[in-house]
Amino acid sequence: MTTAAKTLPRESRPADVREGGAGFDLEKVRRDFPILRQRVHGRTLVYLDNAATSQKPQVVIDAISRYYERDNANIHRGVHFLSEHATEEFEGARRTVQSFLNAADASEIIFVRGATEAINLVAQTYGRTNVHAGDEVLITAMEHHSNIVPWQILCEEKGARLRVAPISDSGELLLEDVENLLGPRTKIVAVTHVSNALGTITLVQRIIEMAHRGNIPVLVDGAQAVPHLKVDVQALGCDFYVFSGHKLYGPTGVGVLYGKSALLDAMPPYQGGGDMISSVTFEKTIYNKLPYKFEAGTPHVAGAIGLGAAIDYVNGLGMDNIAAHEHELLAYATETVSAIPGIRLIGTAREKASVLSFLLDSIHPHDIGTILDQEGIAIRTGHHCAQPVMQRFGIAATARGSFALYNTREEVDALVEGIQKVREVFA
Amino acid sequence: MPDLRELYQEVILEHSKAPRNYRELATANHMAEGYNPLCGDHFTVYLDLEGDSIRDISFQGSGCAISKASASLMTQSVKGKTRAEAARLFDQFHKLVTGQSPANGNRAELGKLAVFSGVSEFPVRVKCATLAWHTLHASLEEKQSTVSTE
Repeated sequence: MTTAAKTLPRESRPADVREGGAGFDLEKVRRDFPILRQRVHGRTLVYLDNAATSQKPQVVIDAISRYYERDNANIHRGVHFLSEHATEEFEGARRTVQSFLNAADASEIIFVRGATEAINLVAQTYGRTNVHAGDEVLITAMEHHSNIVPWQILCEEKGARLRVAPISDSGELLLEDVENLLGPRTKIVAVTHVSNALGTITLVQRIIEMAHRGNIPVLVDGAQAVPHLKVDVQALGCDFYVFSGHKLYGPTGVGVLYGKSALLDAMPPYQGGGDMISSVTFEKTIYNKLPYKFEAGTPHVAGAIGLGAAIDYVNGLGMDNIAAHEHELLAYATETVSAIPGIRLIGTAREKASVLSFLLDSIHPHDIGTILDQEGIAIRTGHHCAQPVMQRFGIAATARGSFALYNTREEVDALVEGIQKVREVFA
Repeated sequence: MPDLRELYQEVILEHSKAPRNYRELATANHMAEGYNPLCGDHFTVYLDLEGDSIRDISFQGSGCAISKASASLMTQSVKGKTRAEAARLFDQFHKLVTGQSPANGNRAELGKLAVFSGVSEFPVRVKCATLAWHTLHASLEEKQSTVSTE
């Protein structure tokens, strides 16, 4: 077993990062991400805050630049060359997302600002139409605030009740609890696919099966899942699936709502404006067909194109290869970090992706974060927008390392050395 | 490059591990809560004000080493001081941690609080260092609501 004491100082190790059998050339992949070349506080950047946002490969940066340099025009309405071309690129990105999620039809892919907006959209349209006084919305105890607050707003407005499925000490959902909480008053279930604070991969497929027995639709928050797992919305059978582009190596400000077309068709629009209409008179407006009914106003065209490029990039490496590499990295990090005296891991589910949340003795995570930052290591500290998770574990905050396809075992070693440095400062 | 040892000085580490005046104050006639929603730091400051002067002060709560040590040293620094003196000390402390205090200026008045000078090199930690002070200010002003750094 590798222990912290045995690791060599980071700067003295050879730059061999092709270990671990990533299934792709890790050294070459790292060169695709220009930001990783820079130094922070005189040290090589070790970026382990990927659950907050991931870095962007050159192909994504280039796709966005190229759009503004050559193709920029408003879409769907113009008859000129640039508008037609921009529309083609934008709709091409939609088809890329469709096949990435294996959605049945491209019209089931709605471009939004991010996972947060996608959840708000469903709460404010499907939710406001179908949830009434006395009804229930079921979420879990490990949701991000973005999959809690939109439902709270809805429940408050409607006089409905927000039910919360509990989690175990390891950070796992108990399926019998979920089953017991599902009832005739449950109108929708909203559950994360991968927990951002704990890394737990939830048993969404089983939850969807249980909910569907009562004809209850399920929204899956995939923000932390799509960068790490192959997702097939038809195989899952989920009714809604949401994610953000920027956690998947794409730009900020663009994300996706997938919805089954029958549900989307029956839902009222979210926002009114241009592009979401077929015809407007002062007496009556006819809404556009899917997906445009939910895309009022000029969308983030460059963002969607950038997201398409990001998906092409991860497809090129292979989601299975990425998942295998990250799995190996997380196992290595779990082993080496937990060998450090005074470490307590928060989130020890059997099935996890990317995330290593930890505490070190009684040292506050902010102090850990500041000291690691001086070593060039970027991690997240705090409540990770999941305060109820922190309350569940009786803590105020954790330090969180989270891994992406470009991270290496060397960087895990750097994290371990950094944590040793924290221990020295607080010795 | 900012120096970690400048930030985590021995006095700061020592106060964070063994904070002074860390208790509820039975004789308190003023109190306020301070909260940093970004990191979850949360302190209550208890004051025993006699007329215009701080007869006793204590605090409780949880936070990082910087915020806890700052609260601890603050209670030591303002005990026995008048409101105006405490306000003036806060002003000087604030200038110190935000780098607006001249290096050779009148730091003598700050006394032990000068150990927080390293904070000015770590802008994101200024809120940690000032949370207890903002809370003290609120408690002197008798504001009812929880003060927040945001």
